[in-house]
Amino acid sequence: MTTNTLAEPERSPSTGLLAIRADVLILISGVGLVILTMLLSGRISEYYFLAAYTILQFVVLGTAWNILGGYGGYINFGTAGFFAIGCYTTVVLIKLGPMPLAVSMAAAAIVAALVGLGTGYLTLRLRGVYFSIATLALAIVLQTLVINWTFVGGARGIYVIRPAVSGIFSSYVQLILVMMIGLTTVSLIIARAVERSWIGIGLAAIRDDEGAAETCGVPSLRLKLIATTLSGALMGLAGSLFPYFVTYVDPATAFGLPIAVNSIAMPLIGGTATWWGPVVGALLLGSTQQILTVTISSAANLFIVGLLLVAFLIVAPRGVVGLVRDWQARRE
Amino acid sequence: MTEPLLTAESVTKRFEGFIALSDVGFVMHPGERVGLIGPNGSGKSTFVNCLTGVYRSDAGAIRFDGHDITGMPSWLRCKQGLVRTYQIPRPFRGMTVQQNIEVPLRFTAGHTSARELARRAQEILDKVGLIDSARLNPKRLSQVELRKLELARAIAAAPKMLIADEAMAGLSESEVDEILELLHTLNSDGLSILLIEHIMRAVMSFSQRVIVIVAGRKIADGLPDEVMRMDEVERAYLGE
Repeated sequence: MTTNTLAEPERSPSTGLLAIRADVLILISGVGLVILTMLLSGRISEYYFLAAYTILQFVVLGTAWNILGGYGGYINFGTAGFFAIGCYTTVVLIKLGPMPLAVSMAAAAIVAALVGLGTGYLTLRLRGVYFSIATLALAIVLQTLVINWTFVGGARGIYVIRPAVSGIFSSYVQLILVMMIGLTTVSLIIARAVERSWIGIGLAAIRDDEGAAETCGVPSLRLKLIATTLSGALMGLAGSLFPYFVTYVDPATAFGLPIAVNSIAMPLIGGTATWWGPVVGALLLGSTQQILTVTISSAANLFIVGLLLVAFLIVAPRGVVGLVRDWQARRE
Repeated sequence: MTEPLLTAESVTKRFEGFIALSDVGFVMHPGERVGLIGPNGSGKSTFVNCLTGVYRSDAGAIRFDGHDITGMPSWLRCKQGLVRTYQIPRPFRGMTVQQNIEVPLRFTAGHTSARELARRAQEILDKVGLIDSARLNPKRLSQVELRKLELARAIAAAPKMLIADEAMAGLSESEVDEILELLHTLNSDGLSILLIEHIMRAVMSFSQRVIVIVAGRKIADGLPDEVMRMDEVERAYLGE
């Protein structure tokens, strides 16, 4: 059995009509955000675009983490490693020559997916805390490699020049925000599809009792490998846009603690049982961090995340999703 | 007699220096009801774990339904039709009772549509007497209901052979009878059942044949009355 005792989720029964509505809702929200971004360009400070990008980046990372950590109960401490793989894949491609953003993103997804698959194959026979430590070790190994790889700037880091934009976009920030909205939409649709498919049901069984799941015919290793691959690909995709967002990439930022901690804290605070838990967690925590950054100090971010995480684990271990479900149950 | 459904030859399992099972052989035919007994720590559960793929045996061969399953993972053995229940019930506690049944239905019996899954799950829950608890979390079930849920989940995997590992432990006399009746019903549908049990009344009334494992070795295999009269069996249970 895995050691994911932080949350005790329950799967909701399938509801056909609602199922269609949720997918359409995600899609409509994505399109709405894109339209809003296009309309607001030049009318508001670019800071709002950057803040929105940061929050959406954590929606993607939290969602990606949740596919393995929330649905399957395997706690991955190596999110920053996969994020950095995406980030440095883009850096390598930029160094090789002018590269369309879509190509960078596709390459980052493939590389991170393959690393996810390989890591999963090597580590998924480990359970509980041993698996978590192995993923943490992966991030450290990757960071050490990047620090010593001068081609991508080594420990000093590297500057990335944003290409000029043309057509319907007025700035590169607007372009990457639109790309991030698209990525968020795709991530949520994938996460939701996984949750409701045979993969999600199998992962839920694995989370509850892997041994019993196996003896019920659940191919646990295969499902966990699908989860690590998907999860890795989405984390890599989130990282692929990062160099264009910050324009200066160094290992300390790409492999930074905020990436790893936020990716775990957001699903745990939102709730790990459903696709919308990480969204709630990321919106809640991400917005709070942005407000704190401009009102107090960016240094307060992780402190607040830590406090909120501890508070939720004590008061609401199943996150906001759990609170909502308890409230619904009381009403019924 | 028909071809054996399961054949275990010289199954041996060691845990570092300790030999938990030594050269255990066993044959089970389609539709048979067999009791497996032995004192605590004799190796019964280890044998079951080797048969179902929870443990890999260190030596020996296991064939099931014409296939060599010796190196097969447990989920594939389950798909072949070799299914077990656990000594201590292990429900999926994040799911409802019905969703517990839907897991093997989806992964082993191959049902895919939500409607078909629900219909089949409810049929099975009705059969074991848990239909009224379908929407409950297993945490709210009593001990006998948890035992029934274990059996229901096993049935959902469309087994050819069921290994019931102490399915009656901790139950009252009337509850034991309930489970026995259920096992008899399943057997009458053609299911082979290997019953591992300490409750001798249940073993004797249920089994057509009894095998005895003591200190990792099979010491007897025969008709229940004959086996219980054997000196070796008596010594194993009562001492010299």
